[in-house]
Amino acid sequence: MRNRPVLQMVVIGVIACAILIPIALIIPWFPAKASIQAGNIKTLYDVLLIASVPIFVIVMTVVLYSVWKFHMRPGEELKDGPPIHGNTRLEVIWTTLPAVLIIGLCTYAYIVLRSNEKSRKGEITINITARQFAFEFQYPKTNGKTVVSSELYLANHQPVVFKLHSLDVIHSFFVPNFSEKIDAVPGITTSFRITPTRLGTYPGECTELCGAGHSLMRATVRVVTPTAFKAWLAAQPANIPPPVGVPPPNGSAPGIPGASSAPAASSSTPSTSATATAAEGKAVFTGVGGCSSCHTLAAAGATGTIGPNLDQRLRTDCQTAESKKIRGATLDECIMTAITKPYAYLPTGFTAGIMPSTFAQTLSSTQIQGLVKFLSSVAK
Amino acid sequence: MPIPAKLRAPGWYRAALFDVLGFGFAFGLTVLIRFLMHQHPVIDGHAITIVALIAVPLFFLVGIGTCDYWFYWAAGKPTRAEDHSAHGAHTWRDYFRVNTDHKVIGIQYVVTSFFFFLVGGLLAMVIRAQLSKPGMQFLTPEEYNGVFSVHATVLIFLFVIPVFAGLANYVLPLMIGAPDMAFPRLNALSYWMLPLAGVMMLMSFLAPGGSFASGWTAYAPLSTTMPLGQLFFTIAVQLAGASSIATALNFLVTIITMRAPGMSFFRMPLLVWANFSTSLLVVIATPFIAASQFFVLLDTALHFHFFDAFVGADKNGNVIMYQHVFWFYSHPAVYIMILPGFGIISEILAVKSRKPIFGYRMMAFSLLAIVVLGFTVWAHHMFVSGMASWIRIPMMITTAIISIPTGIKVFSWLATLWRGVLHMDTPMLWALGFLTMFTLGGISGIMLAMIPFDIHVSQTYFIVAHLHYVLFGGSVFTIFAGVYYWFPKMTGRMFDDRLGKWHFWTTFVFFNLTFAPMHLIGLQGMPRRVAEYAAKFADWNLFISFASFGLGLSTLIFLYNMVASWRGGPRAAANPWRGMTLEWQVSSPPPIFNFDSVPTVVGGPYEYGVPGAVHGIFTPPVEAGAVAAGASSAAPSQESTR
Repeated sequence: MRNRPVLQMVVIGVIACAILIPIALIIPWFPAKASIQAGNIKTLYDVLLIASVPIFVIVMTVVLYSVWKFHMRPGEELKDGPPIHGNTRLEVIWTTLPAVLIIGLCTYAYIVLRSNEKSRKGEITINITARQFAFEFQYPKTNGKTVVSSELYLANHQPVVFKLHSLDVIHSFFVPNFSEKIDAVPGITTSFRITPTRLGTYPGECTELCGAGHSLMRATVRVVTPTAFKAWLAAQPANIPPPVGVPPPNGSAPGIPGASSAPAASSSTPSTSATATAAEGKAVFTGVGGCSSCHTLAAAGATGTIGPNLDQRLRTDCQTAESKKIRGATLDECIMTAITKPYAYLPTGFTAGIMPSTFAQTLSSTQIQGLVKFLSSVAK
Repeated sequence: MPIPAKLRAPGWYRAALFDVLGFGFAFGLTVLIRFLMHQHPVIDGHAITIVALIAVPLFFLVGIGTCDYWFYWAAGKPTRAEDHSAHGAHTWRDYFRVNTDHKVIGIQYVVTSFFFFLVGGLLAMVIRAQLSKPGMQFLTPEEYNGVFSVHATVLIFLFVIPVFAGLANYVLPLMIGAPDMAFPRLNALSYWMLPLAGVMMLMSFLAPGGSFASGWTAYAPLSTTMPLGQLFFTIAVQLAGASSIATALNFLVTIITMRAPGMSFFRMPLLVWANFSTSLLVVIATPFIAASQFFVLLDTALHFHFFDAFVGADKNGNVIMYQHVFWFYSHPAVYIMILPGFGIISEILAVKSRKPIFGYRMMAFSLLAIVVLGFTVWAHHMFVSGMASWIRIPMMITTAIISIPTGIKVFSWLATLWRGVLHMDTPMLWALGFLTMFTLGGISGIMLAMIPFDIHVSQTYFIVAHLHYVLFGGSVFTIFAGVYYWFPKMTGRMFDDRLGKWHFWTTFVFFNLTFAPMHLIGLQGMPRRVAEYAAKFADWNLFISFASFGLGLSTLIFLYNMVASWRGGPRAAANPWRGMTLEWQVSSPPPIFNFDSVPTVVGGPYEYGVPGAVHGIFTPPVEAGAVAAGASSAAPSQESTR
């Protein structure tokens, strides 16, 4: 064996693979898998690991073995190696073998993809509406009512297709335990499918950078038994259907400082056809409005620090002469303008371009009125 | 009133004056247009800033003196004949002037890039400080978003891309036996656009609303709804891109037309091949990122509504189009950031193993294969973007295929090591470190090509781990290898090899401790680009933060070594590594005009171990027969080893 360096390396490599592959497979890489899709992807990853470890071992073995055996020894300072320019057979081998390997991996990945994305029997559709910085989930119409919630409830083993919409910028909805995600893109509807297989509570998160509140844009996902799901759905009030991205005709470019600085006197006051309560407003504040990601408000249990602290600033800022001129004299008018045209008047210490300026389009008039009622009732 | 000579001659005084003029021009133009268009208020800070961001850098470039010759020529005035009196740098001050010598420009490039490397690295330290614990630490979320955006942008556009251009600027003309680049004045202009781009990116921190905070990818419509700082990115990228394109054109023309007699394409060192390939990529791809950022500029400043799906005449803005155009540049850009490194590694491994590079022709062809395939894989960055789902399949296949030429290169480097006489000094350590770490990055790259797996890990820390393995373990390791390797040639001094090895081992260890765990927390579901995270990731993040501080500190060894060695290192011999390529056949540093006599290339660049083989000779060949014989024996052949 002393004069068979290639054989030595093969032995070393096989031993290294025998040690490293089990280690790579034992490491708990994935969170607890909670969908059929996650199981498939975990298996694909295991196959990828088994294929990858030998490649890494080959490179490491050759490098370390060469350093060990062929490093320059004293007295060899002027010595050169043998002038080997190439070896056609070797080059053909290391072009062909990887090609075969990747054809195999691509085929397998394609099969997994088809399986993960196929429609399954009894599938229900849940619409996810994403906005800065919250998700809302709309369930299929049952018993003549449409339920919208800010937590995602799923029935175990019930296949579901999510349809994603965005009301402002690109978001993405990802539940690590389900292993699937897709972006919510303004202007188009995107979708992905999962079938939950494990009861439990999981984190849902936005994974596409969407602004200052991105890291706090999360939602709780609960997989419950089908009976519990039905009971939960029945107990929910019929929520107003979400006003998916229909801007008023005079809509201004979102988020551009200065572009939305129309005087408040002409601010489009949403119609008062539907009545809204402060309780609903609170739900919007903590839920679909996403307000609590950025604002502190004790009455809503919100502790966000990106925007003005509403406990401290709401009433005082609305009482300045400048604000009264721009946002309207009454507290209600002031709050309404602050929500629908946030840059018309900027509180000291804050800059334009951070708060979404699209709430007039992305929340329904009832939701905004609820917010106004709630905020004016708790403003200190 | 006579204008003082200092304000008339090219230089910093005139540049300062022109900056003021440029701002005045922007102010006047904006106010005039707003007045004519009945826009109110007439004096609008945002509008003036945007125009000034475009005008002031251009005025600066004229003021500092990059365009004097062309203006004289265009005006029909007598141009100052190029007497090469400005060649070479005699004091440190010469590096702060417009200079057309490729060796001066090369050092300007490298030093400027390393300045931005330190800035980007410090921003990384800030990022890790913020992420050391869950919850907000030092920065508000929008500040954090700004910090990681500037970190990525500065390191990509102001470090990795230009530092390769800088190294090649210095070495490439020497390697092909040319006295300078083909277009020396264009070369100077290319350089001077860079610091402007960098300063503009850093100045965005001063903009109202903070720096650009939509990531280096600047996805619309987030980027089109950002505060003013975003436009500092949009416009700085145009400058960096223009610089890139001009340099790439310069390299292409230099390589095609200025090779020494006898240097056929297949006698070029692989660094020249690598820069030839890279320049092709830059010239074809970079206009696409320019386009994407012009779209953003027009959307933001003039409300063109390219990417606005809710507003505009038909409410039909196309959000995904931004990503297609952006990645059509930014995927080739990852090869722009690694192919020159491949070239550096090929040089070092051949010289330090004392062997010819294994499979020279395949090494060159695989570079060209990567160039072609590099344009066919862009949408693998968009598997979860909501684009038409069928596009994912061909993109997966092409992405997997691109691993084949890359694999050929890795295996050929391994074969080059085999049975060599390995000189285990600092450049070699970095080269071997690259070989192993880039393999890891390549493997996770193959995994990411597999669509179902990519869907799970895209936009998580797995991506952060992968990209740092290829960009740090890959590109940055090759940059360190190259800087150590050519340091004696560029400065005429030797570096401290012991410190160099310390630098390598500390970087290598802390690099892995920092980035390897990110694979795990990414798979576990930690999203990237978050200012705070769920409590379950706390332990790993604290660990990563400490490791990253070690990684940051390891750079100080490098800095000390470079500064101390440049000032007082032992004098370097002309050819300390006993290299065959032409740059080692002249003194260190080389004479002002590179070659006192034009070299004639008579053989391949890596004929180590071939008795009596030479690459270039410096006296004109007397005997025609000798040249022919040398040429045929030195042509890189694919002989079997048996």
